Amino acid sequence: MKRPDGRKPDELRPMEAKVGVIENATGSAMFRIGNTIAIAGVYGPREMHPRRLEDPEKSVIKCYYDMYSFSVPERKRPGPDRRSTELGMVIRNALEPAILVKEFPKSGIDIFVSIIQADAGTRCAAISAASMALADAGIPMKDLVCAVACGNVNDMAVADLSKEEEDVELTTDIPIAYMPRQKKITLLQADGDLSAKRFHEALKLGIQGCEQVYEIQKKALREKYQISGEMIEDKD
Amino acid sequence: MGNLLVNEKQIVIPGEEIATGMDFLPSFGTYRDGESIIASRLGILSVRNRVTKVIALNGVYMPQMDDLIIGVVKDVGFSGWTIDIGSVTYANLPVGEAVRDKVELLKSDISKFYEIGDVIVTKVMNVTKSRIVQLSMRDHGLRKLQGGIIVKVVPQKIPRIIGKQGSMVGMIKEYTKCEISVGQNGFIWVYGPADKMQITKRAIKLIEEKSHISGLTDKVKEFLESESK
Repeated sequence: MKRPDGRKPDELRPMEAKVGVIENATGSAMFRIGNTIAIAGVYGPREMHPRRLEDPEKSVIKCYYDMYSFSVPERKRPGPDRRSTELGMVIRNALEPAILVKEFPKSGIDIFVSIIQADAGTRCAAISAASMALADAGIPMKDLVCAVACGNVNDMAVADLSKEEEDVELTTDIPIAYMPRQKKITLLQADGDLSAKRFHEALKLGIQGCEQVYEIQKKALREKYQISGEMIEDKD
Repeated sequence: MGNLLVNEKQIVIPGEEIATGMDFLPSFGTYRDGESIIASRLGILSVRNRVTKVIALNGVYMPQMDDLIIGVVKDVGFSGWTIDIGSVTYANLPVGEAVRDKVELLKSDISKFYEIGDVIVTKVMNVTKSRIVQLSMRDHGLRKLQGGIIVKVVPQKIPRIIGKQGSMVGMIKEYTKCEISVGQNGFIWVYGPADKMQITKRAIKLIEEKSHISGLTDKVKEFLESESK
């Protein structure tokens, strides 16, 4: 059976990434996959507020996820809600294993992710954008984090579900965040029923998808500093 | 025998493998994972005597001993000041390091020396193991700065703003006739007539934006000449 938009099971939607989109942030990035667009800004490491939450051993990461009211077909009520609070936590947990938090004790790192257009896979786009923004902010990281969703649609394992596929009955959506160099999974959720065999098939496709996202991320990070192919001079 | 997988002066990305083999050593911005050395920061790779290091392109200021910096007084305490130095945490300036004469702490209010919002040129005296930054005013040229504006730039770009033996900053001074004081922490104090200060600010921002382009000096000179007409 074919997918609604005619993609192959392992084919992702067209992706685009840009680094350095917010002037006032320490680091920022945009990530687009299909019609889903996420913008991430990273501020800090900076003084932790409120002070009682600071940790003398490591920096505290806070993540805010926000979906704009115009990002979905029917207007979303603006402001934080249950879903965005949960997703903020999910994104933070997916990114934290990659960040070397012990480098900046007593500090706080704030990550703000905004979804300006939503068409399934917003948390994955948010994670991909946020990890680029963290790298752009000069924060030490073990690895970049790439994320893509996979799942089971019409009894077939596929990568990067679109909204149309997500709405098919009995669909299972599995968002995956993955550190490609470390070969470690930092986020794995599953929403629905599927057999163990199908799950492993989907997981394989998801990890392959993450590798593709990684290539896009690397290219975008290099592009910011290597404008028109000119070499950077040694500053020493 | 190890191999270098990335050429020197190339941009590396967190998680990228730089070298394999135990004869390479990790330094700033890199770490060892098994047999290989991996970058932990975005920056330019530098290899000196088999020690790998990543020169960061962005990030917050990391205080080092004897750095000459510019700070803004954030709070006046009982026996010292809290200074914003644009780093991860605020820094401390104790009274004993700021004032030469003996001060009776119980009897006097130390805000007569430095008030909240004052801008000072200061030196990093010490950075403790738990990353507490202590400042000192005991050196030549360390003082309070009156008036002017502060331009904040990415601290990694400070060497380009100063230029070789201060050539870049000297050129801006010559054209704008402004007083400029550059702190290692990315805070730049500019003092002069209001319109000239704005030109200086824009020139500094131009350097920050185009810092990695060759022939930067000529571009800045061009900008200053067109502005000073």
